[in-house]
Amino acid sequence: MTEPLVVLKDVNKHFGDLHVLKDINMEIGKGEVVVVIGPSGSGKSTLCRAINRLETIESGTITIDGKTLPEEGKALAHLRADVGMVFQSFNLFAHKTILDNVTLGPIKVRKQKKGEAEKRAMELLERVGVAHQAQKFPAQLSGGQQQRVAIARSLAMDPKVMLFDEPTSALDPEMINEVLDVMVSLAKEGMTMVVVTHEMGFARKAANRVVFMDDGQIVEQNTPEEFFTNAQSDRAKDFLGKILTH
Amino acid sequence: MQEILSDYDVLAAFWGTIKLSILGTIGALILGTIVAVLRLSPVRVFQWIGTWYVNTFRNIPLTLLMVFSILGLTFILGLQLNSEDISSNVFRWAATMLAVYHGAFICEALRSGVNTVPVGQAEAARAIGLTFGQSMRHVLLPQAFRGSIAPIGSTIIALIKNSTVAAVIGAGEAANLMSVVIENEGSRFSVFLVFAIGFVILTLPLGLFFTSLSRRLAVKR
Repeated sequence: MTEPLVVLKDVNKHFGDLHVLKDINMEIGKGEVVVVIGPSGSGKSTLCRAINRLETIESGTITIDGKTLPEEGKALAHLRADVGMVFQSFNLFAHKTILDNVTLGPIKVRKQKKGEAEKRAMELLERVGVAHQAQKFPAQLSGGQQQRVAIARSLAMDPKVMLFDEPTSALDPEMINEVLDVMVSLAKEGMTMVVVTHEMGFARKAANRVVFMDDGQIVEQNTPEEFFTNAQSDRAKDFLGKILTH
Repeated sequence: MQEILSDYDVLAAFWGTIKLSILGTIGALILGTIVAVLRLSPVRVFQWIGTWYVNTFRNIPLTLLMVFSILGLTFILGLQLNSEDISSNVFRWAATMLAVYHGAFICEALRSGVNTVPVGQAEAARAIGLTFGQSMRHVLLPQAFRGSIAPIGSTIIALIKNSTVAAVIGAGEAANLMSVVIENEGSRFSVFLVFAIGFVILTLPLGLFFTSLSRRLAVKR
């Protein structure tokens, strides 16, 4: 493994009485693609959201590129700019055009010139295949298109690491692949990625490592081939049995 | 009805109402936005200040605020908004109190608008590194304003009609003239009719305008 970019150390979190993250320890190397899978309620989304502090943690530390996540305020905003996030429900800014969605961060956070930001945004939109929709509003696009715009919006910030929180779960089946294709090409280019997903095909094709979570703990982690063909824990075998038989 | 319109300057009185309403509305929008941002901020102390403002000014009758501005603030504390001209001082205090009182309602209308904005919008704004202020200004408030146009419209219409309360401190507006007319001419149905129609002319088109505006600017999701 290369030098760790994201390090989680003894991370704990409760939702009320529910212990959703139990002593999580994890390192993600530069350029590594980690797929997090597990049954719903296992804490995998919470883990993903904790990495850019959309969820607070109660104990433990999370460091990104050597810097510990700050509590709140400007320093946190600064750090978040380096961490891309793609949500299950896309979350494009509903009152802004596709182009403005992609340029908002570069202009306001990175202080780029408008022309410069728009040029780069168009390149990114071209890359994810929605450049011709640049002047439309999010509600006029299909789910798959919106999610690809969301990926372009994150890429526009030149993030060090990208988090994907079930990026294809809200999509119609025929749109899933267009999003996964973009993600696979990102992975091939060496982007560091943490992907929470149920797409086993993506895990097989693009992941360096699969992390299996259950009940707030990391139960086991391995390479995709090893994990899918030779899972060690009963819990993982049971889970794989349920999802792979159909 | 004819002689009321010819003997008294009804138009000037309604012009007073319009000026009072415009000043009050601008003030209320500014105050309401500030208080809404306080209430929505992550800082506990700011939330308390915002909540205190709304609970205080929404629950004190406007009449009391008006009377307090003159009897309390001007006469006892000597706070004057125009020390040269008494009627101008009264008028400015009336506009201020309209703004202060309706600011609380604008704040709540905006907060209800913020609630129409899905949580994901704020999360996405934070995730690309916008600060609290930036995500408010560029993502949340623009959508919240669009979502709260209808309740803000209702508040502004209420403000226009509530400007009549300024008559208790003698500010120059329609209700003040109406009490003068009633004193001189006796209470007649036509007196009420003139002023009622005046207010309907002011508020009815405004209501239609806000309804169509909220429909046109609605954020498509």
